[in-house]
Amino acid sequence: MAAPERVFTKRPQIMIKREWINAWLLLMPALLLLFGFTHLPAVQTVLDSFWSTPRGQRPAVFLGLDNYERMLSDAVFIKAMINNAIYAAITIPASIALALSMALFVSRKILGQGLLRMAYFTPTVLPLIAVANIWLFFYLPGFGLFDQIRGLFGLSPVNWVGQPSTALYAITAVTVWNQAGFFMIFFLAALQTIPQSLREAAALEGASSWVFFWRVTWPLIMPTTLFVSVNATINAFRMVDHVFVMTQGGPNNASILLLYYIYDQGFRFWDTSYAATLTVVMVVILAVVGIGQFFLLDRRVHYR
Amino acid sequence: MSGIQISDLSKQWGTVSAVHQVSFEVEPGTLTVLLGPSGCGKSTTLRLIAGLDEVSSGTIRISGRDVTNASPADHGVAMVFQSYALFPHLSVKENIIFGLRVRRVDAAERERRLKRASDILNLGELLDRTPNQLSGGQQQRVALGRAIVAEAPVCLMDEPLSNLDAKLRASMRVEIRALQQRLGLTMVYVTHDQVEAMTMADKIVVMNQGRIEQIATPRELYGRPATTFCARFIGTPPMNLIPARRVHGYERSPDGCLIGVRPEDIAVGTEGVEAVVEGVEYLGADELVAARIGDARVIVRQPARSQTPEGTIRLVWPQTAAHLFGPDGRRLD
Repeated sequence: MAAPERVFTKRPQIMIKREWINAWLLLMPALLLLFGFTHLPAVQTVLDSFWSTPRGQRPAVFLGLDNYERMLSDAVFIKAMINNAIYAAITIPASIALALSMALFVSRKILGQGLLRMAYFTPTVLPLIAVANIWLFFYLPGFGLFDQIRGLFGLSPVNWVGQPSTALYAITAVTVWNQAGFFMIFFLAALQTIPQSLREAAALEGASSWVFFWRVTWPLIMPTTLFVSVNATINAFRMVDHVFVMTQGGPNNASILLLYYIYDQGFRFWDTSYAATLTVVMVVILAVVGIGQFFLLDRRVHYR
Repeated sequence: MSGIQISDLSKQWGTVSAVHQVSFEVEPGTLTVLLGPSGCGKSTTLRLIAGLDEVSSGTIRISGRDVTNASPADHGVAMVFQSYALFPHLSVKENIIFGLRVRRVDAAERERRLKRASDILNLGELLDRTPNQLSGGQQQRVALGRAIVAEAPVCLMDEPLSNLDAKLRASMRVEIRALQQRLGLTMVYVTHDQVEAMTMADKIVVMNQGRIEQIATPRELYGRPATTFCARFIGTPPMNLIPARRVHGYERSPDGCLIGVRPEDIAVGTEGVEAVVEGVEYLGADELVAARIGDARVIVRQPARSQTPEGTIRLVWPQTAAHLFGPDGRRLD
């Protein structure tokens, strides 16, 4: 009995080895790219944040938490954080509200429905850089769209982008305009999954459209709202293209955002370790917000 | 008085006429079935009664009140939808009292009506579940519960049983009819299933291509169909239609006249109309003999114990079982 058993057990072992080699070979390209361009830089960033920036003859020195201490007493960093908080607090609810209103409007049977949907979606197709250029014209002091309209009412021109009190809100408006159309598509899809018979059943009971929206539509599209709000949050920290075109963070850091400040530190002042420190902070904020949103809202979301 | 009067009701979708000059009346406390094949306009008629679609012409009166152009809520009707239309995010309880909340009925009254409905429909244990935790039959009950608590004088049902399996359908049929009689509801019930219509209805309105073919009690409809459409639509297998000139005693009737005879009224005999047997279908108690009289196919239902016929046979039926239809398909006597 023993001899034949040995013969049978050896073969499969070789087979298993071969399978493993095949598996690794197949996974290799993706693994290499993923590690090389995502995981390794991420780990490197965290490590860099504990070291000083190497310059010329001077190699990097281990600093521990010095970079983080410097950050907390950095007025521009605080300014960027406050700006980013305001920017997020406005863009997230505003673009969700706008997207939902647009979706509700074009989900009804109205004349030129297709054209309207396309018009609402167009800003999303444009690159943010191009959008920023269009809006620069809108904001142009004296000649821009807004000042032309103000002119009709005899109001004086305003330098929307160039004065500290309005610069941040000027770029906030651009973001809302740019992303609401994209979010509208998701709301539109969600609204179309709500059966017509629910609306009819509610109508027979005498529910107004207002009641129907808050009692039925809103709870049923909650999963979409959650998805969209997570995306809006990420965008609030990630989309800064228009800051480059419109304000460069100015005037006097009035419109500086966290990611723009990281770029400034990393690629204009070449203080790469400080930029790494700021990056770590940003990723932590995003992770906390994202996870928090998911778990907090998840309890109140009805998934079908 | 909570009856419904429909007069000259029409509905056009563009140039297509879905419902054409329909008039009928529903007596208070009775169940009227709108019966017809799909696309005959029965569901459209029901939706017009509910106010969910706009009337093209004609009038609808519910409880003596003209509601033709009123909003759905002002029609004073409750409705059970084919898909049940339950709110998926609300519990059974909230689904049932949805309308009461919307209408701001006070809490004590809400509880009273909920209690009554859940007792009638045995929903007690299900009240805290959501619709996706219920079986089809239970969802059906909840939809009924929502219609009951509205305490509307009129209840409309749009093919409410079509999503249930055959066994459940049979028991729900009995249950709905019992409920309607117990609560004295005025009910309009849409179906394409003749068994549902025959077993439940006080009155059946047969519709075809947007028009009414006949309005009658189930017995009348089966015993004296007004048109060849009704004759063929009610009864399984349907009534046989034989060209009148081939039948002894009708040789001189006008061209295109048809004699209708139910399969169970025909017997194989020694005299009568000559027919050629084409096949026999054995059903247990009965058997269906398919035969041909000239070009017309005829089905004969006879007890399976009788001798199975073959070749050329002769078919007879009592004089009273013959229905004579004119060339336009209308009953002549």
